Amino acid sequence: MSHEPQDMIRFENVGLRYGFGPEILSDLTFRIAPNSFQFLTGPSGAGKTSLLRLMLLSLRPSRGLVTIFGKDAARIRRTEMPFIRRQLGVVFQDFRLLDHLTTYQNVALPLRVQGRDEASYRTDVIELLKWVGLGERIHVLPPVLSGGEKQRAAIARALINQPDVLLADEPTGNVDPPLARRLLRLFIELNRSGTSVVIATHDLGLMDQFDARRLVLNQGRLQIYD
Amino acid sequence: MTEPASEPRAVARIPVQTASPRASIVPRESIAGRALTFVVAIMAFLASLTVGVVAIVSETASQWRSDIAREVTIQIRLFEDVEMDKAIRDAGRIALEFDGVAKVTAVDEAAVSRLLEPWLGSGLAIDELPVPRLLTVTLDNGAAPNFAAMRQRLEAEVPGASLDDHRAWIARLNNMAWAMVLVATAIFAMVMAATVLNVVFATRGAMAANRDVVEVLHFVGADVAFIASQFQRHFLVLGLAGAAAGGAGAAALFIALGFWSSARSATPDGDQVSALFGTFSVGPAGYAGIVVLVALIAGVTALTSRLTVNQHVRMLETARSGAV
Ligand SMILES: Nc1ncnc2c1ncn2[C@@H]1O[C@H](COP(=O)(O)OP(=O)(O)OP(=O)(O)O)[C@@H](O)[C@H]1O
Ligand SMILES: [Mg+2]
Repeated sequence: MSHEPQDMIRFENVGLRYGFGPEILSDLTFRIAPNSFQFLTGPSGAGKTSLLRLMLLSLRPSRGLVTIFGKDAARIRRTEMPFIRRQLGVVFQDFRLLDHLTTYQNVALPLRVQGRDEASYRTDVIELLKWVGLGERIHVLPPVLSGGEKQRAAIARALINQPDVLLADEPTGNVDPPLARRLLRLFIELNRSGTSVVIATHDLGLMDQFDARRLVLNQGRLQIYD
Repeated sequence: MTEPASEPRAVARIPVQTASPRASIVPRESIAGRALTFVVAIMAFLASLTVGVVAIVSETASQWRSDIAREVTIQIRLFEDVEMDKAIRDAGRIALEFDGVAKVTAVDEAAVSRLLEPWLGSGLAIDELPVPRLLTVTLDNGAAPNFAAMRQRLEAEVPGASLDDHRAWIARLNNMAWAMVLVATAIFAMVMAATVLNVVFATRGAMAANRDVVEVLHFVGADVAFIASQFQRHFLVLGLAGAAAGGAGAAALFIALGFWSSARSATPDGDQVSALFGTFSVGPAGYAGIVVLVALIAGVTALTSRLTVNQHVRMLETARSGAV
């Protein structure tokens, strides 16, 4: 990757409140190192999704400093934003697949928006779909997919661009344990090939299968277990 | 990409609507297309009417101008001790001395009394009235003799003679034609403004209906230009269809009017209509104008939607504060 181990994402004393409500995240200071793997965990409502949204720049912190790929998030120009987003793979808790596009088209979307020619990525997309077990569902529209299949389509879409950082929100929330294990192996493999991975989950069974750094959110505070 | 549909599960059997590999990212059905097409068609129709009216007016006015300008009139008022016939002869001789004058004809007494008949009734003995006599001076095509000199000599040598080169008429005609063009331009501008506003609202509606799509595009790294182009392509098609329909409607109306007026010009009151308005013929320039207009409206539609999307997406970016 880079010559010097620059942090992918760095938070310094970050706080977040929605509107005039209470601060739901306080004094978060941590870094996501290159090529690192971490679980983000905590009880429901602890703010895992909110923290991920801060990392993918869809929320601005109420205070503190967020740095992404070495850049102060508050100073990133609007025209730069698409290029930063292309280095971030995101799996949303609610998938956010486009219902009128097929699985294939959904997964190819990050490449298509870059103006790339379809012929240049078609086999990559199909291969990735086979890898996540959706080889038979390529031309199906999301409303027909099962919850687990949607989840895998959402994961494939996050991976297709080989992002530097993968942010996944409950990526195993809708699948049975064997499939969850398979998906975890997928993330581990992705991590081995150089991507920093952040997986938000409250599935203790999943975390027990792989020994990795844990970021634990509780009552707005973050504890880190390396 | 032919996948063996060997999936044994029931869902695989559900007839699934499979989109083409390059299906629109913004679904066509999600845009309130029919209503907007209709509005654009109406706007294009109205705008085409103004173009047609301008074409007719400018055509007719220039026709009038050239007709009127090909003739000037010498008027000779009766003076006590002047012999009218001699005055007419003198005036004619003087006029013919100028370059560019083709011929001079005296309007005879019978014709003068016919001209006056509607006002004075028939059976008049014209000799008993101090009716001025007229000489029609026909000019060579495009010639402009020195009217000032002609006027001077006539007034000096023929008592009671005056020269009317219809300048006042031409000026008045010009003013009228300009007024019509101005009014038509104002209407045209308003129609275009209304079209733009309609497209702005329709685009906002489409963006709202496709909020999820825009958000996802955003997250997967689409830039503003890409997102805008996804909407713009629909609006371009929509604008083209609407504008073409409206323009075609206007063209059809002009063709029908042209037929109607040429059929009627055989009748006496048809003559009056065509004397006033020409033959309702819009002419090639008018139809070309309509075609240009159709392209213009389609372009304006697409551009407006693009700008609206740009603005909206920028708002999305700046709205990502904690207070969302
Ligand atoms: N857009 C919002 N506006 C106001 N409050 C919000 C918003 N989104 C989340 N919250 C609040 O912030 C807190 C944290 O929510 P968040 O979704 O980040 O939790 P979470 O850890 O992801 O929960 P879960 O495990 O159930 O997904 C909750 O109390 C929630 O009600
Ligand atoms: Mg959550």
